[in-house]
Amino acid sequence: MDAIVAEGLEKRYGKVQALAGVTFSVRGGEIFGLLGPNGAGESTTVRVLTTLTKPDAGRAFVADHDVVREPNRVRRSIGYVPQESGVDREATGRENLMLQGRIQGMSGADLRARVDELLELVGIVEAADRVVRGYSGGMKRRLDIALGLVHRPSVLFLDEPTTGLDPEARAAMWVEVQRLADQERLTILLTTHYLEEADRLAERVAIVSRGAIVAEGRPEELKRGLRGEAVTLELEDGQAGEAERIVRALVGAEETSVDGRMLRTRVPNGAQAIPGILSALEGRGIRVTSVMAHRPSLDDVYLHYTGRAFVDEDEAAA
Amino acid sequence: MRVAAHTWWMVGRQLRNLMRQPIWIALLLIQPMIWLLLYGQLFSRVPTLRGGASTYVEFLLPGIVVMNAFFGGTWAGMAMITDLDRHVVDRFLATPASRLAIVLSQVVRAGVIALTQATVILLVGFALGVHVHGGALGVVVLFAAAFLVAMVFAGISNAIALLVRREATMIAAANFVGLPLMFLSSILITQRVMPHWMQVVSRFNPVNWAVHASRDAVVRGGNWGSVGIHLLLLVGVTLVTASFATWTFRSYQRTL
Repeated sequence: MDAIVAEGLEKRYGKVQALAGVTFSVRGGEIFGLLGPNGAGESTTVRVLTTLTKPDAGRAFVADHDVVREPNRVRRSIGYVPQESGVDREATGRENLMLQGRIQGMSGADLRARVDELLELVGIVEAADRVVRGYSGGMKRRLDIALGLVHRPSVLFLDEPTTGLDPEARAAMWVEVQRLADQERLTILLTTHYLEEADRLAERVAIVSRGAIVAEGRPEELKRGLRGEAVTLELEDGQAGEAERIVRALVGAEETSVDGRMLRTRVPNGAQAIPGILSALEGRGIRVTSVMAHRPSLDDVYLHYTGRAFVDEDEAAA
Repeated sequence: MRVAAHTWWMVGRQLRNLMRQPIWIALLLIQPMIWLLLYGQLFSRVPTLRGGASTYVEFLLPGIVVMNAFFGGTWAGMAMITDLDRHVVDRFLATPASRLAIVLSQVVRAGVIALTQATVILLVGFALGVHVHGGALGVVVLFAAAFLVAMVFAGISNAIALLVRREATMIAAANFVGLPLMFLSSILITQRVMPHWMQVVSRFNPVNWAVHASRDAVVRGGNWGSVGIHLLLLVGVTLVTASFATWTFRSYQRTL
């Protein structure tokens, strides 16, 4: 059964069309990744599904409740961990959790036991009675997640759960999310800028670009859907533009793009194509400092479906 | 009732957080004493200012109670801006939290703080020999006036906070409203010594309604009909400004 259904969601902020018909569904118990750069529409999608904003058109159901007609039923069924921490910094971790639980209709011994359980689950028992102001970034993030889980929701929304964390904390968070999904039997909708994160956590992903979903499937399927191999070349400063023109002209090279000193392209067979690429570049006096051929990554999938490298889209629509 | 329960919990959250700031508590308690002692000394030699009161401090006490309450109210929106900036409001919005309670809690909290300050001022006043001529009822009226006038301005302040959503603009607005309304009231001097046009304008000033009610209760110990009308007017304006704040909250939600 589907835990989340979005059908043709549209949303406009002034002149910016943030959502231009978003349709997808998430099965019960699944971790689903909405993948896109800033402003592509994944955060707006989450705001609609968590009842923070109403869509201009389209329908959405979360845990079998209509987000527009039965917002309070949706709110009781979901946990929302926003991009920016919503914890009360002047209160203790425990106080934050107790208030959240009360608002969600819990009380008494059940609430106290659940708060203790969650503090244990996310590993902030020692800090429970300290004011959140003194928490580290990772601890605050774990409290955010606990706040979303207090009322035992069936669906959890994680909006960029690891943005702003260092790589070590990010890896720890991935393990955590996986474990929570199992222990709490959650359906998780995850938005992320990090392709690696989606690849690692999500059973299925949808790629969002300009307010619409351009590809959907298991990360493996999406990568397999791209034939051939990706070739990444590192160039000397200032030569990328010319190199891009040369590589684009070569037979068999598709989806060539440049990001700083890195040039990416996709070819049917890396080992066969690389000598040709290198000699074409060196013939024009362009020095290549390194070259690598690999199976297509989600980066390449993204490039393939959006026609753009994975960089920020219009920030205004974020 | 759900709204009442949610408001209560959210007021509790705000007060608990404030109790963690010792300097804030110290200022909260010391500031009204300073007003009372400072102004009490400054104007005590001018007998025309105090109306029919036996001492200027006695005349001044109800005024200072009201002044603290309404100044506190004008600044109440700052806490709303902090909660908006720190995404606490958005977190509540994704839960079944009563929307009304999110706004009301900020308004009621201002009223509760005004009551605390009124208690301190009253105790200091007793120490300075102030006599509340209206007795226990007089004290109740004084507290009611402080509670209501704080909420009147907390409603406006929260509405401004939700419209501008920036601290600097909020501070400018609070100053813009606060000082003129104080001088267009009989907080410091009796109505009769004000210029005529100010007397006329002050009749429409909710701050002055609170001053009239509390001064009748403390200094005269009578005129209860007029006291009742002024308190009822304050209840009415509180409902208006709190509704306005709630309306601006809905306009904030539409920006999400």
